[in-house]
Amino acid sequence: MKKIFTPLVIATAVLFAAALVLIARVPPESTMGLVQKIFYFHVPSWIGMYAGIAVCAVASISYLVTGRPAADRLATSGAELTVLFGLVGLVTGPLWARKAWGVWWQWDARLTIALLLWLIFVAYLVVRKYGGPGAEKLAAAVALFGTAVSPFVYMSVNIWRTVHPLTSVMPQLPKSAPEMVPPMAASAFAFLLLFGVLLIARIELGRRQAAVDELYLAHEEGAA
Amino acid sequence: MGPQREVKMFFRVALLVLRKDFAIEAKSREILTTTLLFAVSCVLVFAFALVKEGEAPPDAAPAILWIAIMFSGTLALGRTFERERYGETLRALLLAPAPRPALYVGKLLGIVLLLGVAELVLVPLVAFFFGAPFFVQPVLMALLLVAGTVGFAAVGTLFAAMLMRVRTRDVLLPILLYPITVPVIIAGVRGTAALLASPPDEVTATMWLAIVVAFDVVFVTLSLWTFEVLMTE
Repeated sequence: MKKIFTPLVIATAVLFAAALVLIARVPPESTMGLVQKIFYFHVPSWIGMYAGIAVCAVASISYLVTGRPAADRLATSGAELTVLFGLVGLVTGPLWARKAWGVWWQWDARLTIALLLWLIFVAYLVVRKYGGPGAEKLAAAVALFGTAVSPFVYMSVNIWRTVHPLTSVMPQLPKSAPEMVPPMAASAFAFLLLFGVLLIARIELGRRQAAVDELYLAHEEGAA
Repeated sequence: MGPQREVKMFFRVALLVLRKDFAIEAKSREILTTTLLFAVSCVLVFAFALVKEGEAPPDAAPAILWIAIMFSGTLALGRTFERERYGETLRALLLAPAPRPALYVGKLLGIVLLLGVAELVLVPLVAFFFGAPFFVQPVLMALLLVAGTVGFAAVGTLFAAMLMRVRTRDVLLPILLYPITVPVIIAGVRGTAALLASPPDEVTATMWLAIVVAFDVVFVTLSLWTFEVLMTE
């Protein structure tokens, strides 16, 4: 993993720089103007959050079945990135909404679903931090239940409410606004690469922490 | 053991756990009393927060009913497992040569029954205070309550059991439980509100009921599977 890490960091940095240039060069959107550009960061951050959920869910199930510490470390990394990318989405969304809708927050389906899923993974991290010994299994169950509940959240909240611009805007983008596609794609890939870089770094950190803990234990046993 | 005997054994263990909880509770009535009083206090607090000029806002009754059920359910879950922790009795149960999922089912039935009794008081009380016609569609209303309670208790029992070993269990239980049981509260409140509308909207209520039943099936199954894994040290 170390071998690909440095090239990956460089690629991420280059793509981010390119994305910024592309975003700056796209002409402002006709009705929303400059605020619309926030969407080049907003959408990719949600892509990052859902990638984090997927990583955390798969790793948690694998941990519950196999009990391998590496799966647990991957799950933690995924959950932390879920919360991080989700936070970017939760901050950029209201900034745009204040201009576009006139309010910071709407109890709309997509917003509510994202907030709920984000909260579940915040709870995951809280369990890990304050759960004491055995918290890994507990947290894995939270991730499993959190993922299993998402279709229900999706269904119930959708029936309950809907105002967000449909995500079906995205596939139509090449036709409706072709000039927006390159910056969007660059930004989305940059965010995904960043996700990969952070994931690898966080897994490596977890691995080293585990190694240090083992050394401490060995040292104390030797001293006693 | 043949599969038939295994199934028999499973239900026997579940019913034994339920009978044990019932026997303790019948003697002290501690959890039932505190849960009921807490539920009534909840209703009052919400009444004072929401009622303006003697009138509750429309749709307040179903919201208050379901919030009271969820809050008092959280309290009851905490108390039931505190009792097990204090006597180290769940550990003893786990050591017994009994199928672990049966222990879960036994505890779940106990919580559902307890909340069912609480609802027998809560529903008339909310109907009385807010003039809510809960009894126009008694069958659908009862089904919605049962399905919602089972869904909430299914997740709650598993989480309360696994949090037993954790020092911060009191505060972690609602933190974990509420985001995951959001579909139950949405479906419960919207379904009840549909039944309270005049004329009652059975189609909408049935749709919400179906969602809660699907939730119950998924989460009881998942809990049965994870209980074994989670309670093994």
